[in-house]
Amino acid sequence: MERVILHCDLNSFYASVEELYHPEVKGKPVVVGGSEDERHGIVLAKNQIAKKYNIVTAETLWQAKKKCPDLIILKPNHKRYEEFSLRVRKIFLQYTDLVEPFGIDEAWLDVTNSKYFGTGKEIADKIREQIKSELGITASVGVSFNKIFAKLGSDLRKPDYTTVITKENYKEIVWPLKATEMIYVGKSSFEQLKIYGLYTIGDIANKDVSFLKKKFGKWGEMIWVFANGLDDSEVTRYDQKQEAKSIGNNITTFRNMENWQDVDIILNILSESVATTLRQRGLMAKEVSIYFRDSQLKSFTRQMQLNDYTNLSSVIFKTAKEICRQNYRFKKPLRTLGIRVRKLIEQTRHVQLSLFENFEEIKQQEKLEYTIDDIRSRYGHRSIKKLSMLVDQNLSDYNPVGENDNLTDMEDFK
Amino acid sequence: MKQFVDVICLNQKTGQIRPLYILWENGIKYPIDKITQIIPAASLRSGGMGLRFTCKIGNNYRYLFLEEGKWFIEKTQLN
Repeated sequence: MERVILHCDLNSFYASVEELYHPEVKGKPVVVGGSEDERHGIVLAKNQIAKKYNIVTAETLWQAKKKCPDLIILKPNHKRYEEFSLRVRKIFLQYTDLVEPFGIDEAWLDVTNSKYFGTGKEIADKIREQIKSELGITASVGVSFNKIFAKLGSDLRKPDYTTVITKENYKEIVWPLKATEMIYVGKSSFEQLKIYGLYTIGDIANKDVSFLKKKFGKWGEMIWVFANGLDDSEVTRYDQKQEAKSIGNNITTFRNMENWQDVDIILNILSESVATTLRQRGLMAKEVSIYFRDSQLKSFTRQMQLNDYTNLSSVIFKTAKEICRQNYRFKKPLRTLGIRVRKLIEQTRHVQLSLFENFEEIKQQEKLEYTIDDIRSRYGHRSIKKLSMLVDQNLSDYNPVGENDNLTDMEDFK
Repeated sequence: MKQFVDVICLNQKTGQIRPLYILWENGIKYPIDKITQIIPAASLRSGGMGLRFTCKIGNNYRYLFLEEGKWFIEKTQLN
């Protein structure tokens, strides 16, 4: 049976949410970005009007402002975006239980068995309408018989539009498109494809698969399958998917770390940053790993299991310290340190407290750290810090949460 | 514009919440005669999103939004 897959993309998600809450900026160029005063704030999202000024995501705010002096910059409100994302997901779940989120603002839905609600296109239109009336933001939806074309479809016409790609029309719609329009074909891989005269998705589809496999390996075969609409990967059920596999952060200090005191200062900052991210995302972790890189740029990683799941910086710090002491001999000074936590679970899930852990102490520590979060969110990161941070203020004057925010999803430390 | 208002509610034993009176700035207590619709909705006019109660107050209809535990109305009249 032919599958019916939707890919739903919330248009300029952050910017749309901010626009909803700031009706006065409607019709003006708007970007969402953090900490302009710290000079390295970047554009996280832009609205349609800002797009016309060629403002691109991830460029610095001052660059964007150069392109468009009247640009309105709004501070991001991640908690609100998560709330919206969750509400959108709830709308999806009214139509099917097969919902696979892809980031905060995209998702695939398998509505093959949702005929009760209508055809793929009818469901897509209903979902768009519902998102618009209930949440005040818009979405574009791609409807197709596989995930790849569905995603392509949602990118074709924005905002607030449904694009249907069928087995009958995909050759006309998809094949003339530039290869980079397809997922997994980035800029650098496109350069490789160009060498062999492969510019469009159709070029890839009509090329001999054995040739692609020979030249590009497994990836070559994969994009051929995608281009021909033969992808049969399933939409993973929402609750089966673990959102993030690990959270981490690393610091390359402006001077080398010469002794344990230096190391502890950095570990303290890192564990605070990682623990804060864990709490913000409502997660707890059970494994801590440390990334070492010495002054000769040689690096290695060591990890340790925790007795219990935690989201407390004190526990992460203690473990990190132990790993360091056990695994580093200080033959050379250290250049970079990183902390990453793995084996994540949602905080709301019930956790078996180990028998000998002091529950009261944990509760108190928890309270303390949440209070610190609260103070920092109100008065800024530097408003409160541990006394030990004052030993070397140059080394410790660093806001890893703000500065490395977008790095928390890195697959590895490098 | 968003106008936050004080509201007197009935918390029903079924878990539902029902606004009964809107307390206006000038001290007047407006009784909500009837609620004709409760749906999740965005307020494009005043900026926000929440549970929208369509309330009949005298001969007028007004949207009353419950957003993050706070009540607000849109400043323009529906009717």
